[in-house]
Amino acid sequence: MKTNRNLHLDRRQLLASAGGAIAITATPLTAFAAQEDLERARTDLFGNRVIQDGRVTLKLPPIAENGFSVPLDISVDSPMTPDDYVQRVAILSPRNPLPLIGVFHLSPHAGLARVSTRIRMSGTQEIEAVAEMNDGSLWAGRMETVVTLAACVVL
Amino acid sequence: MANIRLAVPDTARPDEVIEIKALIQHDMESGFRRGSRGEVIPRDIITRFECRYAGNTVFAADFQPAIAANPILTFHLRATVSGPIAFEWTDQNGNQWSDEASVEVT
Repeated sequence: MKTNRNLHLDRRQLLASAGGAIAITATPLTAFAAQEDLERARTDLFGNRVIQDGRVTLKLPPIAENGFSVPLDISVDSPMTPDDYVQRVAILSPRNPLPLIGVFHLSPHAGLARVSTRIRMSGTQEIEAVAEMNDGSLWAGRMETVVTLAACVVL
Repeated sequence: MANIRLAVPDTARPDEVIEIKALIQHDMESGFRRGSRGEVIPRDIITRFECRYAGNTVFAADFQPAIAANPILTFHLRATVSGPIAFEWTDQNGNQWSDEASVEVT
């Protein structure tokens, strides 16, 4: 019954439906954050202030077999004294459904600016961490991890 | 009932920086997964963690769905006085779980 209808399809209709099919298969991709979303999340947190590279070191496994739980270790080069300490560290993702992974708030009482946790990663990507010092300066570090099995995609 | 596990050293020298681990059992349901009938499983996550010691909030964290299930945090604390270290988790609905450990500064 379907073939009958197709016989009457002209080229224009066929192209339109093919375009629709492509649009449908492409939609799930838009559910994921892109670089612009990461930049928007960064602006929401820190405004348009200058972010310098350095002082922040991320440690992630080079290859993560399972994106549901990837160990992440962040350390910021700071003496953590009452005059010079890290106020907060934001972790950002360019490919997860939400660009913000989490924010850590530190204080001089912590003594050491180093935090570890486990995160979810939906695919191979470069995770970014931005640290805000008590003087207002911003520093960023990045690390890329290849994810074999992504979170969110599989149940 | 949430199961909490803490790793805090029993003793510390004055001004020593000690490592603290805090884990809470929680699914951290991201809200992006689908059930067997294709329905979206609603989000249910812990959004806030706080660690207080000697009258100060030493460390706090804001969680998003991208924090893995059973969130574990490793952070540091400068031990100054003997006393309790309080840990508190809050979920998106305002439910709270807390636990306490103590450190002796010698």
